Amino acid sequence: MSTNSRWRALTHHHLFWPVAVLVFLLLVNLPFTPDFFSVKMTDGHLYGSLVSIVLFGSPLILVAVGMTVVIATGGIDLSVGAVVAITGALACSYISHQADQNALSGVLLAMGLGLLAAVVCGLWNGFLVARMGIQPIIATLIIMVAGRGVAQLITDGQIITIDSDPYKLIGGGYWLTLPFSIFVVAVVVAVTVALTRRTALGLLIEAVGGNAEASRLVGIRSRRIKIMVYVFCAVCAAIAGLMISSNTSAADGNNAGLWIELDAILAVVIGGTSLLGGRFSIGGTVVGALVIQTLTTTIYTIGVPTQTTLVFKAVVVIVVCLLQSPKFRAKVFGAKLGARFGAKGGAKPAAAGTDTAAATDAAPKMEVS
Amino acid sequence: MAEPRPVLEMTGIVKEFPGVRALSDVDFRLFPGEIHALMGENGAGKSTLIKVLTGVYSLDGGTITLDGKSVLFGSPLQAQQAGISTVYQEVNLCPNLSVAENIFIGREPTRMGRIQWKRMRKEAAELVDRLGLDIDVTAPLSSYPLAVQQLVAIVRSVGTGDSDGQGSGTKVLVLDEPTSSLDRDEVQELFRLMRRLKDEGVAILFVSHFLDQIYEICDRMTVLRNGTLVGEHMVADLDQVGLIQLMIGKALDQLEELHDQQLHSDVGETLLKAEGLGRAGGIDPFDLEIKKGEVLGLAGLLGSGRTELARLLFGADQPDSGKVTIGGKQVSMSAPNAAIGAGVAFCSENRKTEGLVPDLTVRENIILALQASRGWTRPIPVAQRDELVAKYIKALDIRPANPEARVGQLSGGNQQKVLLARWLITQPKLLILDEPTRGIDVGAKAEIQKLVVSLSEEGMSVLYIAAELEEVLRLSHTIGVLRDRRLVAQLANGPEITSSRIMETIASGEHQ
Repeated sequence: MSTNSRWRALTHHHLFWPVAVLVFLLLVNLPFTPDFFSVKMTDGHLYGSLVSIVLFGSPLILVAVGMTVVIATGGIDLSVGAVVAITGALACSYISHQADQNALSGVLLAMGLGLLAAVVCGLWNGFLVARMGIQPIIATLIIMVAGRGVAQLITDGQIITIDSDPYKLIGGGYWLTLPFSIFVVAVVVAVTVALTRRTALGLLIEAVGGNAEASRLVGIRSRRIKIMVYVFCAVCAAIAGLMISSNTSAADGNNAGLWIELDAILAVVIGGTSLLGGRFSIGGTVVGALVIQTLTTTIYTIGVPTQTTLVFKAVVVIVVCLLQSPKFRAKVFGAKLGARFGAKGGAKPAAAGTDTAAATDAAPKMEVS
Repeated sequence: MAEPRPVLEMTGIVKEFPGVRALSDVDFRLFPGEIHALMGENGAGKSTLIKVLTGVYSLDGGTITLDGKSVLFGSPLQAQQAGISTVYQEVNLCPNLSVAENIFIGREPTRMGRIQWKRMRKEAAELVDRLGLDIDVTAPLSSYPLAVQQLVAIVRSVGTGDSDGQGSGTKVLVLDEPTSSLDRDEVQELFRLMRRLKDEGVAILFVSHFLDQIYEICDRMTVLRNGTLVGEHMVADLDQVGLIQLMIGKALDQLEELHDQQLHSDVGETLLKAEGLGRAGGIDPFDLEIKKGEVLGLAGLLGSGRTELARLLFGADQPDSGKVTIGGKQVSMSAPNAAIGAGVAFCSENRKTEGLVPDLTVRENIILALQASRGWTRPIPVAQRDELVAKYIKALDIRPANPEARVGQLSGGNQQKVLLARWLITQPKLLILDEPTRGIDVGAKAEIQKLVVSLSEEGMSVLYIAAELEEVLRLSHTIGVLRDRRLVAQLANGPEITSSRIMETIASGEHQ
């Protein structure tokens, strides 16, 4: 009985399904690549599929973490891909104009410029959403479309290539045998978790997303919070932008971070944060981003023809979303399993032998006096 | 008098939720052409019984007989098709569609897959007409006030299975607290419709927290307590005191003591002073003074400006004239933060839309106002937070006493207590309560009123708004009377002040 309840607690954890999907996807690779899980040390660097997944997934994790807090306030930020492009373009074009591209001060200044541009973009988004009351999807669409133009403008429509060792470190360098990007991601995630959970910011964000008017009436400065999350989201995107351009030592205004906003939104949803706002989970988002990156890797490993990768990806995403739906689980796995794998919706498993209806109904709302 | 055969009979109904027996062995019957009240406190099992009847919940035991045939509904749709229609407290219609479209949504008359708009409008107009309502069926639903929307919802449910326009297919109509947001005239309009349907032979199951309404409209009532049947009575045979005793299981005369207690308590110096405060389209400029420890009650009909006045004092709406001083200092009422900073707290009448964050837990909802005033950088230390929350859960007897419970799943009375706790925790100087007892059961009502008296004794000022004049009279030191968005009088409460005196003041609308 106690193992049973422990199992139940495990399956009820909000990270259970995202992690289960991630593990499953990783295992799928094993028959195709027998040494998929092995990590080798070469030239003092760790190499292996697992390391690559985290490395290549780093920009997506960053963008998705920023997206999570925006979505938690009931908003959405479509401009992150454009911010990625602008940041990379600004930083690279600044460095390319330096006499000594390896000078640390120049690289730091370039990064600072990129981050500053992102803050401006975030303030603009936040201003439109919080002050002007424009729907987030429309407000952020502006920079999503115009931002790529700005990036092109900065790079003169060219792909700017640079040769700077310090800059290369962010997205392509190694530190303590691991890709430097992984440390950047770890720091950003840790800072985000600390900011939202060690302070009251997370609670206030969730309140604003859960009920904006009630939040105003308890005295939460919801405009300020909304502006903050858009700025934060843009800064996360900027770090991702630096990482991407650093990895290739080039700024491509057209293709850097293209469609990353959609993958980021997907990662947030897979991680269990509702698009309606309210409750959010940074941990879930990280797992969600890893799921998406693993999927991309898997597509290459098992040799899906490139023409059909998008279809393949879509199918997997549909399955993941269905698995997250308590109603779907109850229908497919049957009432008993459905109840056991019970839902986030709050359905407590009914006693053995009860009817199906109680179990299928995601959350029998009961009046408790 | 030989009783006719009941149209609906529920016998030995049992419904269990994990760990809770929500209904045990409950019998219920409903006769054609009667209005039957289902009475009980929150959590007594009224909602559960209705949901079992309408197919929302499955049955764990017992039988349901409709028109002599044993039935078992797997879904609300099945119940509806069998002739049991339900209208809930919140109107579940589409405000952007026309009245006719709302009435026929999902069962529009079609010919070869094409909607027959003309026929739909004609039938809707006939249906509305037959029920004696004056509604333009082509107008968008949103152009009508909430009360009319409620009527449309009833028309819609009655019209179900009535596509030929001849006679009603509805045998049983369930009205779950339809009156909680209606004013007096609107309630009368609703009652007229209910009587009309009753004359047509429809059996109506009516749930309301307003006892006066029950006594006005109902023929018979069934009383539940803690998921068990207490009894079935003819309304004429049981007076209100007897009913309340049945509902809560003990005598309730403490409320009367409150009144005397309150009348004899003293108030201190001026806490809040509003001069010429007003907002166009909300309330005309008014002067108002609230003293320390004073309970100022606001009386007036719905729409007379009670809520608007309160919202100005909290900065929920921005005033466009006048000024407010609290404790001698002028406070700019530009946003709620300013008022909160000056020690004002406001419990809105709309618990769901303006009060609770349903996804958050009881604990999070309770600490929200305090946390907001501290700012996000200074979280309340965990130990202190848990202690505060536990203290207020206990003091206000919030059930379940689980700080981790999602607040959306609590009953109305307990949600109201959570909101009270949220503001009490900030230790306000002035607590504004807008309809704090609406839609909650008798027991919780009494608790909240007692709380107001004890807070006032401890020196907290309270601005108390209630639709029930008796409540305002019982608790207030001073009564502000509103009419047509104007504060027309401020009466010092005393033995000579009665509800009829206040009614007169409202009716005459003159300054005293």
